[in-house]
Amino acid sequence: MRAWHFSENAYPYLPPADEYESIRVSLPNRVYDPEQGAALYDRFLDEWLIAEDEGMDIMLNEHHQTATCVDPAAPLVLAALARLSKKARLLILGNPIANRRQPVRVAEEMAMVDVLSRGRLEAGFVRGVPYEVLPANSNPVRMNEREWEALDLIIKAWTSHDGPFSHEGRFFHYRAVNIWPRCYQQPHPPIWISTTSPSGAARVGARGFVQATFLTGFDGTRAIYDAYRRGWREAGRGGDVPAHRLAYAAMVYTAPNEADARAGAEKLLWYITSNKVPPHFSNPPGYVPVAGNVAMLRGAEHPLSAFRKSASVEGAIEAGIMFAGTPDQVHRQMKRLYDHVGGFGHLLIMGQAGFLEHDETVLGIRTFARELYPRLREEFPDTAITGQLSLRGA
Amino acid sequence: MQRQVIAIAGVELELFESGEGPPILFLHNGGGFFPEQSFLRLLSAQHRLIAPSHPGFGRSTLPDWIDSCDDIAYVHLALMDRLGLAQADIVGCSIGGWIAAELATKSPERVRRLVLVCPEGVKVGPADRLDIPDIYAMPDEELERISYHDAAQMRLDTSRLSDDELAIRVRNRETTALLVWEPYMHNPKLRHRLHRVTAPTLFVRGESDGLVSADYVAAYARLLPNARVETIGEAGHSPHLEQPDAFARAVLQFLEANR
Repeated sequence: MRAWHFSENAYPYLPPADEYESIRVSLPNRVYDPEQGAALYDRFLDEWLIAEDEGMDIMLNEHHQTATCVDPAAPLVLAALARLSKKARLLILGNPIANRRQPVRVAEEMAMVDVLSRGRLEAGFVRGVPYEVLPANSNPVRMNEREWEALDLIIKAWTSHDGPFSHEGRFFHYRAVNIWPRCYQQPHPPIWISTTSPSGAARVGARGFVQATFLTGFDGTRAIYDAYRRGWREAGRGGDVPAHRLAYAAMVYTAPNEADARAGAEKLLWYITSNKVPPHFSNPPGYVPVAGNVAMLRGAEHPLSAFRKSASVEGAIEAGIMFAGTPDQVHRQMKRLYDHVGGFGHLLIMGQAGFLEHDETVLGIRTFARELYPRLREEFPDTAITGQLSLRGA
Repeated sequence: MQRQVIAIAGVELELFESGEGPPILFLHNGGGFFPEQSFLRLLSAQHRLIAPSHPGFGRSTLPDWIDSCDDIAYVHLALMDRLGLAQADIVGCSIGGWIAAELATKSPERVRRLVLVCPEGVKVGPADRLDIPDIYAMPDEELERISYHDAAQMRLDTSRLSDDELAIRVRNRETTALLVWEPYMHNPKLRHRLHRVTAPTLFVRGESDGLVSADYVAAYARLLPNARVETIGEAGHSPHLEQPDAFARAVLQFLEANR
């Protein structure tokens, strides 16, 4: 089990939520104070480096036009971390390649960070959440098709070393692709893909990339991992899917005593409670398949908003999207999910949100890293074969 | 109306037809084509009315090469070839009007008379202002309000639709986004091609249309050699649905003039 400290670089100093329509897309940036923003960037970078000192790895992501994640150009922060950090693996999860117009530029950015960090890059790719399409002016229809064409082109750009090649595809057109630098890791950095749907996971499994999933809870995660394993096996990758192919992101707060753990967990809930987004931003046409939209019109919940029901510490723990408490309690909660979904090899720790202050964030990192992480590594080795519990249950 | 599906340009195209007389090719809006709508009876009383569901709408398939109104115009030209229509009157609503305008720039001789009902398709205003309000950045209620003269009358009760009917409407909305997302609601080339249109053209606008403004329609009409604008009262972006009688009267009068 590897643990990754993940911070969204949120800017929490906002007016009351009833004074704005949406925390994403349309919230005017006049409420952003660059002085406070600069202090936050310093702080979040420091926290990543503290996590590294404690033996954890580093994860960051990218969103646009939002106070929830003021990291609209994750490769820039990644480049800073490549120089500031020394040993941690650096996971970007991920590059929103259905929304980036120049996949070859993405290949260049990632190759450059891989060299800068001397081969510590873990290159993640995402389709992007629905509220990203307006900031990117990106068509919400056919996003999957764009994502996969871009990914294949990026891999080819990384692995071609004999001068220019051309690509004349459905969405992207290049006459002379020949990136400099080439990647430090050979043939290329590990590839991660995030998804929240089983249909996407089967395809990721077929390709053998690392599958990450965010806040999908007990049954959602199991369905995604099962689909991944099915895709893996059907593609002839063998019967056993090792744990290091699967990752799970949860809000995690560990503290020496229950009172501090509770206080930290309450503050982490900002992830969920702050995410005020109207339906026209969260469900652009074409993002969710037709059948999913029909179900929603019949009263089903938006797949990305299901977790908003869990807006309490107890609810979030019950749903499997938060692990919070003393090291023993967090261990128990995590093991429960681990067993239910059939195992995973990476815990992506959403360890800072909203008004969780620096000292509190560091307490969470250190308590986890010192009191729990060694146990997790021993008990849940990377080489564990996943899916056996879940298959037995099925 | 009679329904059939024909294979054309790689599309399984759903086609509705009724009536006899001079042909009208009717091109539906982003909502889709629904043969029960009452204005169709009025238009087909003395005409042969031919109405395809555009690729990706209704039960027409959507091949992956299609992603613009320009593309669809070629499919409908191929449809005219298939039906042996050397020439037809064309009536298009909203993005159907946009498709009709694209078609008329390609093969002007195939269009006898052209009726564009609250059409999008061109950019006439300044770069720092959308000509058409962003329908994907507003609540549904706001979109309804600016789309209709009387939104309450026009509201659809989705609970009365079957899952199949609902799926068609959801898919229509998806395909519309595919076509209009970027550049938003226009083809930058179209305004420079409209000079080729030879058919006398009537622009119809609903007086309360909050999507396509009077200024927009006037500027659009000026791009065609022979066009005029008629406004229908107590109607929004779908005058054919809100005022079917007035709409049909205006259209038929225009089509029958100097026949």
